[in-house]
Amino acid sequence: MAKTVLTGNYTVALAAKMARVQVVAAYPITPQTSIVEKLAEYIDKGELDAEMIRVESEHSALAATFGAAIAGARAFTATSSHGLLYMHEWVHWTSHARIPVVMAIVTRTIAAPWNIWSDHTDFLGQRDTGWIMSFPMDNQELFDLVIQAFKISEDPRVYLPAMVGLDAFILSHTAMPVDVPDQKLVDEWLGPRRQPYVIDGREPLILGSLAWPEDTEEFFMGIQEAMMEAKKVIREVDESYGKVFGRSYGGLVECYRCSDAKYHAVAMGAWSGDLMDAIDMLRDDGYSVGLIRIRYIRPFPDKEVYEAITGSHGVIVFDRAISFGSLGPIYLDIAGNMLKYTRKLPYMRNIIAGIGGVNVTHKDFYKLVKETIDSLEQGSEPPVYTWYHRR
Amino acid sequence: MPGLKLEVIPTTHKLPLAKPVKGAVGKTGSWRWRKPVVDNSKCRRCFLCEIYCPDNCILVDPDKGVSIDYDYCKGCGVCASVCPVEAITMVREGGGNG
Repeated sequence: MAKTVLTGNYTVALAAKMARVQVVAAYPITPQTSIVEKLAEYIDKGELDAEMIRVESEHSALAATFGAAIAGARAFTATSSHGLLYMHEWVHWTSHARIPVVMAIVTRTIAAPWNIWSDHTDFLGQRDTGWIMSFPMDNQELFDLVIQAFKISEDPRVYLPAMVGLDAFILSHTAMPVDVPDQKLVDEWLGPRRQPYVIDGREPLILGSLAWPEDTEEFFMGIQEAMMEAKKVIREVDESYGKVFGRSYGGLVECYRCSDAKYHAVAMGAWSGDLMDAIDMLRDDGYSVGLIRIRYIRPFPDKEVYEAITGSHGVIVFDRAISFGSLGPIYLDIAGNMLKYTRKLPYMRNIIAGIGGVNVTHKDFYKLVKETIDSLEQGSEPPVYTWYHRR
Repeated sequence: MPGLKLEVIPTTHKLPLAKPVKGAVGKTGSWRWRKPVVDNSKCRRCFLCEIYCPDNCILVDPDKGVSIDYDYCKGCGVCASVCPVEAITMVREGGGNG
């Protein structure tokens, strides 16, 4: 193992290289571009034995990645925001075809107005596509999640593509220390490329021809089954990665000072680090509060969240995205999924913040969590929905 | 593929895959309202019609010339369009002007 300092984008590129991707299809978009630039550099220097396909759009980028993967290659691409929207059709094709692929999404606000900063609307807009979706807090976890994405995606119990999100600039362009494992260990742990079938011209196969409604429904039921199975696979992968590489995060969620807590905050992404600082400050001030950090949003960690919030006196869910006309996507997922387990839900507040890249600091989190707890302790419930905005 | 071994391990789930077979949706020749008719004395055996036929209904034999499988030919007319010597003409099914 060697400790090095890497930006989020270079972390992704290095992880893809160490997973020995064989095909990279790329189209530039801020803030993703330096991922595929770095991969191009690796290929140019002969450090990575892969084919770089330069395409004319993101729609083609994922189509080419998909085609290469179907033919038997470990394939990779990366995009952001409008690029992701443009390839949305292929996002569905890839999962419906049950073809393992890994893609990094550097989350960026969707226009209009033009904006390059992070919110999670682009990423969470893909939640219904049948991809495994993970989201790290820092560059070390990002490295680990990208390597693990290949393992999970190519597991025969899963066979679904996987996307790893990372916050624009907060991670993508910020350099942090990253422990880089030995290539030999990664090779041994990841193993060979695995997929359910190959279309390479040797045997004629048709993908995506007309199917009756009943057959179509059964294909989709298979995706749902694979998603449920993926929860087990993700936990296994997190554990076995921990044994080999020394880092394990607890599976689909990370529980930070949450097991003995009376109140719980929930968040996903880079800002969880700021929220952790706020939790520490609140703990110092005598508040019994912890953080449930969502690492995987698909499959959704229903059981983990249920167990963590059972007996909670109040839950505050921070969403960096909004379903206009409704609530934040993470909040909606939690509220719906808890009903699988209980009819008695704790008070759950949804705070929308950080939209359009608005900076949210540990001070904001401290204030919001404190005012919620203070209010609940005095017997009054703050409104369930709040859009927190400041300049 | 360099660098990595590939393992094809099947899934227990249903996949949206099909293998091409002849006549999977019945005899599609009944869809045709005009039919390609070949004058093999004009044919130069260039094979363009065979290559272009979207339904794989045309065979060109170097000795005998063009033969068309009318059970499946839908009468699209691509063969007649690509034939450089106009050896194929489209004729309306059941007579009349095509």
